[in-house]
Amino acid sequence: METSISIKNLALSFGALDVLKDLNLDIGKGEFLVLLGSSGCGKSTLLNCIAGLLDVSGGQIFIGGRNVTWEEPSKRGIGMVFQSYALYPQMTVAGNLSFGLKNAGVPKAEVEERVNRAARVLQIEPLLSRKPAALSGGQRQRAAIGRALVRDADVFLFDEPLSNLDAKLRADLRVEIKQLHQKLHNTMIYVTHDQIEAMTLADRIAIMRGGRILQLASPNEIYNRPASKYVAEFIGSPTMNFFEGEIVSGDAVRFMTGERSFSLDGYAFGDAGLKTGPAWFGIRPEHMVAGEAAQEMPIRLDGQIELVEPLGSDTLVRILVDGQLLWIRLDGQAEISHGDAITVGFHPERANLFDKASEDRL
Amino acid sequence: MTKAPHLMKNSLGYAAEPEANDGDVTLRPAESPFQQVRLEEGPAGRKPRPFLSRRNIIVYGTLIFVSLYYLLPLYVMIVTSLKGMPEIRVGNIFAPPLEITFQPWVKAWSEACTGLNCDGLSRGFFNSVQILVPSVILSIIIASVNGYALANWRFKGSETFFAILIVGAFIPYQVMLYPIVIMLREIGLYGSLTGLVIVHTIFGMPILTLLFRNYFASVPQELFKAARVDGAGFWRIYFQIMVPMSLPIFVVAMILQVTGIWNDFLFGVVYTKPDLYPMTVQLNNIVNSTQGVKEYNVNMAATILTGLVPLTVYFISGKLFVRGIAAGAVKG
Repeated sequence: METSISIKNLALSFGALDVLKDLNLDIGKGEFLVLLGSSGCGKSTLLNCIAGLLDVSGGQIFIGGRNVTWEEPSKRGIGMVFQSYALYPQMTVAGNLSFGLKNAGVPKAEVEERVNRAARVLQIEPLLSRKPAALSGGQRQRAAIGRALVRDADVFLFDEPLSNLDAKLRADLRVEIKQLHQKLHNTMIYVTHDQIEAMTLADRIAIMRGGRILQLASPNEIYNRPASKYVAEFIGSPTMNFFEGEIVSGDAVRFMTGERSFSLDGYAFGDAGLKTGPAWFGIRPEHMVAGEAAQEMPIRLDGQIELVEPLGSDTLVRILVDGQLLWIRLDGQAEISHGDAITVGFHPERANLFDKASEDRL
Repeated sequence: MTKAPHLMKNSLGYAAEPEANDGDVTLRPAESPFQQVRLEEGPAGRKPRPFLSRRNIIVYGTLIFVSLYYLLPLYVMIVTSLKGMPEIRVGNIFAPPLEITFQPWVKAWSEACTGLNCDGLSRGFFNSVQILVPSVILSIIIASVNGYALANWRFKGSETFFAILIVGAFIPYQVMLYPIVIMLREIGLYGSLTGLVIVHTIFGMPILTLLFRNYFASVPQELFKAARVDGAGFWRIYFQIMVPMSLPIFVVAMILQVTGIWNDFLFGVVYTKPDLYPMTVQLNNIVNSTQGVKEYNVNMAATILTGLVPLTVYFISGKLFVRGIAAGAVKG
């Protein structure tokens, strides 16, 4: 695939604090990349570097094959959407959309045509003569997207664009952004801390922590084969259950935890192959089953229901097994209640093993 | 406090229906916010209170007393300025004038003598205007650009620059008086209005820069970033994004500068010469002139005239002033 953005050895530090360290990233043309991480992980900083709003301390940034490391933001061929919308309050929506084009000296007739086209795509035509103060949150964010759209940029940068909206509107606009991407085929980089936005929108997700990219892969890959324990914990809700123990290989490869031992028959080890020694065993709540289905699973645990959270579609259950709390996700219609005994089972195929010391996937 | 929820309900339960025809007022259950919001029993909202409660008497009594205390001198000034000298000599300063005369005002404005000049305050007034207008405009323009650059374009050493500027606000004027005399003399502006304008502009810089910097810093950074992505440069962002959003703080700065410069006495007397004295210095010279009788009525009229400019500014822009202070100076 053709590369749209290429970041080479990017570094950024504020004084002694390294925010980004030796970061490399290639983004394909038309790709939707989501930068995901908790606050302070450097995801917004990286986006600002790509936009040219922060001066980098080292490394290079290429957009469309051109080295733009020291180029002005407006000369990089990007459009950007901000969390707080950042609409100019004293201008109308049309004024907001056309501000950048006027600065670039685009002829008046073309400005008008492009503004109208963007407004049509986003269905904000009736709002063009209004001031931002007279718009609702969703309309404001649409106008902000429109401001990026009129620039006819190859690359769109989104900095947590939906965080200020309420849940319903967020879901609606998420769909609209996805449709916009399918229609325009622009390269999009989208920063968020919301894993649902990341999973639903992304072609690839880059999970960041401490200024580094921990894993860069498709949403499926990230969910099924997290590269480290941190990624495994970060993605998925409720979070993955972990057992602490040791991998031993005798007649068969087994995972010893406390009094128990799980068979690892069927687990696909990574390229490095089997590694024995202290490790974490992780299993997602939705990969465990209860009741009759549990009897057919190679690994079974007996526990007691400690908490039930019915969600309608699913029921989240917290169970107590040998003093350890585990979350499992059961069918929404499961008839269970607090205090019942329960047997849960799972298959080692679905497990995730992480080295104890490095916390990398095994 | 006695609990009386039923009273509450009765007093709010019905509202007059204004749309009713024939002037008939029908009562219907009102959509009282209390009834909709209330989830539990118990008193809600404030208990109605008679106007002449003990609390009101104390509050309003104090307020009236304090305002009288502050207004009394103004009253005496106005009353005295409207009396003739014979009436003043009677000595009853609180009595309203028996015979109203505007002669003292005319004299204060255009006839009172200071030294050799006998053209009253008017000369000082026009001098002050000539000092005020360029000083205010110049200092606000420079300080707002300063504040904008310091808040949004963090250049290398900007923090140090800002710190030095702020320290400048704490150096006593007396320390700088003479060095500035020498500097103005060297560039040939000593004793001229231009020199005084420069001095006022410089001395207004620390506080105004701080004011503007804090205000611009409170403008969301993303707005500034968006403008940069839109290809706007330093001046375009300043003029098209920042200034239109900052009217209140410009008004605050204007009021601070107008009152400060208009009321200035020290710089006026040090850096100009008698021909060019500002109104405050002229006023002092009229009031303190030693020859002849003390014309209290003229002095009072002259004082009021001098105070009129800041007073007018306050009255016109008071509301904006409060808004600007609340928006920028405190929150920043």
